[in-house]
Formats: sequence, structure tokens, C-alpha cells
Amino acid sequence: MTDTRLIVGPFNRVEGDLEIRLDVSDGAVQAAYTNSPLFRGFERILVGKAPEDALTITPRICGICSISQSVAAARALADVAGVAPTPAAEKAAAMLHAVENLADHVTHFNLFFMPDFARPAYTSHPWHADAVARFLAAKGSAIHAAIEARAGLLHIVGLLAGKWPHTLAIQPGGMTRAMTARDKVRIASDLRRFRRYLERNLFGAPLEAFASLSSINELEGWRTGDVGFFLMLASELGLDISGRGAARYLSFGAYPTNEGPLFKRGIWQNGERRDLDSSEIYEDLSRAWMLGESRHPSSGVTVPDELMREDAYSWCKAPRIDGHGFETGALSRQIMDGHPLALALAGEGGVRARIVGRFLETARTQILLERLLSEIDPSGPFMQSVDLPYQGMGEGLVEAARGALGHWVQIRNGVIENYQIIAPTTWNFSPRDSAGTPGPLEAALVGANVKEGEETPISVQHIVRSFDPCMVCTVH
Amino acid sequence: MLETLEDAGISFLWHPALSQETGAEVRDLLTQIETGAIVLDVLCVEGSIVRGPLGTGRYHMLAGTGRSMLDWVQSLARKAQFVVAVGTCAAYGGVTSAGENPSDAIGLQYDGAHAGGALDAVFRSVGGMPVINVAGCPTHPDWVTETLLLLAAGALDAGQLDDFGRPRFYADHLVHHACPKNEFYEYKASANALSQAGCLMEHLGCVGTQAVGDCNIRTWNGDGSCTRAGYPCINCTAPEFEEPGHAFAETPKFAGIPIGLPSDMPKAWFMALASLSKAATPHRIATNAVADRVQVPPTIKKPKS
Repeated sequence: MTDTRLIVGPFNRVEGDLEIRLDVSDGAVQAAYTNSPLFRGFERILVGKAPEDALTITPRICGICSISQSVAAARALADVAGVAPTPAAEKAAAMLHAVENLADHVTHFNLFFMPDFARPAYTSHPWHADAVARFLAAKGSAIHAAIEARAGLLHIVGLLAGKWPHTLAIQPGGMTRAMTARDKVRIASDLRRFRRYLERNLFGAPLEAFASLSSINELEGWRTGDVGFFLMLASELGLDISGRGAARYLSFGAYPTNEGPLFKRGIWQNGERRDLDSSEIYEDLSRAWMLGESRHPSSGVTVPDELMREDAYSWCKAPRIDGHGFETGALSRQIMDGHPLALALAGEGGVRARIVGRFLETARTQILLERLLSEIDPSGPFMQSVDLPYQGMGEGLVEAARGALGHWVQIRNGVIENYQIIAPTTWNFSPRDSAGTPGPLEAALVGANVKEGEETPISVQHIVRSFDPCMVCTVH
Repeated sequence: MLETLEDAGISFLWHPALSQETGAEVRDLLTQIETGAIVLDVLCVEGSIVRGPLGTGRYHMLAGTGRSMLDWVQSLARKAQFVVAVGTCAAYGGVTSAGENPSDAIGLQYDGAHAGGALDAVFRSVGGMPVINVAGCPTHPDWVTETLLLLAAGALDAGQLDDFGRPRFYADHLVHHACPKNEFYEYKASANALSQAGCLMEHLGCVGTQAVGDCNIRTWNGDGSCTRAGYPCINCTAPEFEEPGHAFAETPKFAGIPIGLPSDMPKAWFMALASLSKAATPHRIATNAVADRVQVPPTIKKPKS
């Protein structure tokens, strides 16, 4: 097969709208171009609003990363005022945020990623019948179980934050509802139920056993649960070497506390970790349908190119540090936190590594949630009053399920003068930059196998979904 | 959820999060619906419809098709027995149309509170209905499920929709109904700041006495609702809720008196009742209203022996 151009879309089982253009020859992808085909302009919508209105508006960017947006906005405003939430509220907000991330990981694996292995393309494989029984889209037993378990887990958000998504409970000074001892026992019970689901279905073993794996060798010996099933598929289909990235990772650090984030912040490049200085970040606009120059988000602008010029191909900007794109997400977070299994997978950096990064984080987040809950003092204050200054700048850096999320706000004369957001998938699915350097997904797709006659190549689907993209946040 | 729909005979032709089909398979399906080879009973649309830039709709292209979502929705709506707008954006434009409305967003059959959107005001689907607006930001999952169940049962007609096209099974209630802050409301015992237990109407922007929705009757994610979690109802089921004309969590006032009145309440009566009840507020209620937890429990009356 030589020199074909494929347009892949609509791309489902990703959140939002995605189109990918592939140049294919000799049965493999030679170049990929990622297009985020929806522009809404939330950054512009916020201009002129009361600063506190960011807490109402930004969560509505997304129905699945809503708490992440909420926490980022609250942190950015708290930064302007130079305050932090009360200690009890900080833990409660971290707990709500971790619940959302955990729910998203389980949703991604069961509903978005695994159904592709139940496709007719794999009928000849001995494991296909099992894949159909567990993961056939909308029908498989694992999908039903995941939806039910997730709904139960989100009761924690209902109880403390009113509803999911789009809560207004998380504020710069704390939470709008103080917790009680009764809430704690209810939440403990919800968490126990979710642990039981994870241990029975996903891991088929105690979470601590998976969280203590420390090498690829030990990982490949894991046989139980749907995790074991995936690892078997991965080794049979070569998912370890499929969709490999450039091994550059970034994390803003998850769940900020006054002692630093509970999963550490940093950058991984050339096989080692270094500290991240957020002032190094800039967004390149040369291949995005955006007007203006490359800028740090604190002074960035969002002016869409209404003429949609020919040499651009996406509404997504291209965030870069020192000319490089960075991959972000669960694998990045666990690498930055120094977990030995994640470090062992850092160089592999393909489909399997991303999925295993999420397994690892799922196990560790459940354990973290149980610890956070036990540490919350329900008699403590959950709110302190915050006076937002009439002018000022603030930065809110958090980790959504899909990776690093940043909000940058500038307040002038008591209203929002500028608001910029860089979402995780803005990093992962960025278009090329002025030097022609492709974004992380674009690079990871090069070399993907395309079979004769395939219009929507299955290997491309595995690679794209391994990133767990959230396209609605990408452009916002 | 999946079983509930399946048991009612409802199956997905395609769903962006649940279906297996991607790319070329979806394009084939859409073509067959347009040619009439596949019957479309219900078209559900999430998200506002964007008309920008410059009226082209190209701010939102349906990936892989070279056509705008505006174009697709107008085409598919004509084939559907019923059209359902899921969420306030799809119904009226919603948050996407706030501020300067950068993408020129509108709803399916409304532009804010004005009839006529991506589909014109007189549009009726094949089944003879206007767009059914399951408004809410977010919409309640059960509002969506029950709307689909009612359609499948042939039990939803235009008379079951309110003036903004919302199903009356949830829109005939107010968020105020079953709000746990009702005793505070009765005495206008108000919270002064978020995280205080009192009523949020007087100072903190709550419009639960005017907003439609059974949020406090059926509750969210188990036991939740906005007011149960201590933050105001912002009327997210209504057109133009995204532009209240003031900060969301602040009550606009004239001469110290809130401008918005509870639905169906004459102003003079409200003023008279409010001043009387405020003067009569028991100590317990006045104290608890400005605390984050109950400070004064109800007096326990012992049974007469």
C-alpha cells in the first residue's frame, strides 16, 4: 500500500470532537495531523466577569473534568488573594478531586479503551470471545459493572459537593459545606464498596499488591482480573512497542496541600527528572487557527482566525517548553512521583505504559483517598473568608485525570481582564509548532500499522485512546 | 442505566461514549439515516450549535465529514420522529453563549429565551413535536432517561412541555420544593457568607424559589443538590441563566431589598410577610443561619405523663 491519505472521524469513545489526518505508505503511518474541530472560546467568555464567576463558568467547560476545572479556578483566585483553603477543606477538596480522577480512569479503561478488542477485526484470536463477553460496547459485563461502581463512587461528590458535574462547593477559601462525623462514615462506606469493586473486577487481587510492583518483569507476571486480561492482550498484540512517545513527561503535581502536592510536580526529559518552572511554558500558535504570537499564558490571548488559514489545521494551541512538547497524564504523574514501576515504564512510553500508568494510579488513588478521609478533622473550619484584591494575577496548577491543567487569571478594576487555560489534552494533542515539531500524539502515531483496506485503522484507535483524550477541554 | 433503556426497547444507533462504531462506520450510518434506509426515532443533541465564524458553522465541524454540526443537525432533525436537546446549551445556547458569545452559539430551537435557533420556531419533528428541551446545566441523568422512556411509551405530547419546551414532569416543580433550608427561608434567616447554613436567597444569589426543577425532591448523585451542599441555585434550567447581570453568588438588591421575588408571590405580600417573619425569627434559627453547623438544636418536648 502506498501514499494514501486517511481522514479519521468522527472519533468516538474519546471525550468530545476529534479528527485525525494520516499520511500512509508501506502499511504504516508516515505522518499524523491532529485536529480539534470545535472552538467555543471560554477564555473570552470570562473577560469582564466578576472573578468569582470563574468558579461557575470554568467547570462547565467539561462534563468529566469539571472538578479539575473547579479546583484550578479556585486555586488561581486563591493565588491572587495570597490565601489557601483551610486544612480540612484542602483535604476535602483533594478527596473530591481524587474521586473524579478515579471515576475517569475506570470509565476510560472499561468504556472507552477496551471495547476495541471486541471488534470483529480480532475474531480469529482465542481471547476474542472473552473480550466480547466483558467489553463489547454498551453490552459487556465489565462495562455494566464499571458504570454501577462509578455511580456509587460519585455519591461522595453528591454528599459533599451537591452534584457531579458542575459543583460550586469548591471555593478559594474552602468548601461551602462543612463535613460531619456522619459524612465521614458514609464516605468510608462508599470507598469500601469501590475498593471491593476494584479488587474483584479490575485487579483480581488486593490493591496493595499491584501498587507494590516495581519492575516490568513483575508486571508481566500479573495474571488476575481485567488487568491480567489486558496484559495478556498487550503482550500478544505488541502494545508495549505500539504508539511510543518521546519519553518527555510533565506533571503539575496532583492535590496541592501546604506541604506540596500529594503526587509530586516535575518534568522528565533525557531519562531524568527535574523541577518544573511554570514560567517556562509558552503556547505556539503557528499551526493553530489562532492569531497572535507565542506567549506565556499569563499574557496569552485567544483570538480565533475566522478565515481558518490554509497552513493551520486545529483550534488547539501548541504548548511547549524550550521547543519541546510534553506528554501528560497518569503515567507522567506516577513517573514524577518516583514510583518504581512507572520509572521502569518511562522509556517504554507506548500504549501499554499509558494504560498501566492508569492502573497504578487507580490503586494508589484509592489508597490515598482512604488516608485523606481518615485525616480530615470534621470539627475543623471548612471555610475562611477571602477578599479578592481589585487587581492582581494568579495561577492555578492542578492535575486532571488526563494530566496537567493550568488556569492563569488577571484581575483589573475588580473584573477578569484576561483568563487563559491550558488543558491536559492541549499538551498531548497539540498540533505542530513553528519549527514543525509535531505534538505528542502526532509523534506517537508515526509507524502505526495500517492494514490493506482499513479506513479507520485499529492500531490508530488503540494509540489515540491510550492517551484518554478530553477534546472539550483541549480547546475550551 | 443501560438495562433500563434496553428493557424499554430503546437501543442506540450511535452514542459518542458508548458505541463501538468509529470513523467510516459512523459516516456510513449517518448516510443511511439521511437516505432513509435507517429510521431515526430520536435525535439527541448535546451542546450548543455554533454558527461562527462569519455564519459558516465551521467552529464546529463533525469530524471526518467535512460538514458543520449546524448542517448535520438541520439535516438529521428533519428525519427524526423526535428531537431532544440534552442540557441547557443544546436547548437555549447556555454557557457557551455567555459574554461576547465568541462562537455565535445558539440552541436547537431557541436563541436564549427567543424561539427560533438552529431550527426555526415553527419546526416540528416527524412525530409532530417541537424540540424537547431537557434543560439543566448539567441536566439530571434521570430527566433524560425518563424523557426517553416517556417517548418510547408514547406518553409525551406537546401538552407535557412547558413554555420553554421543558418536560413538565420536572419543570412543574421549583428547586425550592424540599430544599432543606426551607425553615430558614420561612423566617428570612439568611446566610451572610458561603458555608453558613442559612437561606441563600437574601445575600448569596439563590433563585431556587423561581427556578424550575425537582432537584431537591429527587436529589443528585445520591443525596445531593446545590442548596444541600451550601451553594445557591443559579437557575441552570432556564434560558439565559448564564447572564444573570450580576455575580452568580450575589443577590442584586434595590434599597437593600432583593430584586427577584419568589414565583407567583405578589410583591407587597412578600414584603409584609418577610418583615413579619424576620421579626419573629426564633433564636435557634437566627443562630444556626450564620453558623456552619447546628449550634442550637430544636427543643425536645417530653411526652405528657
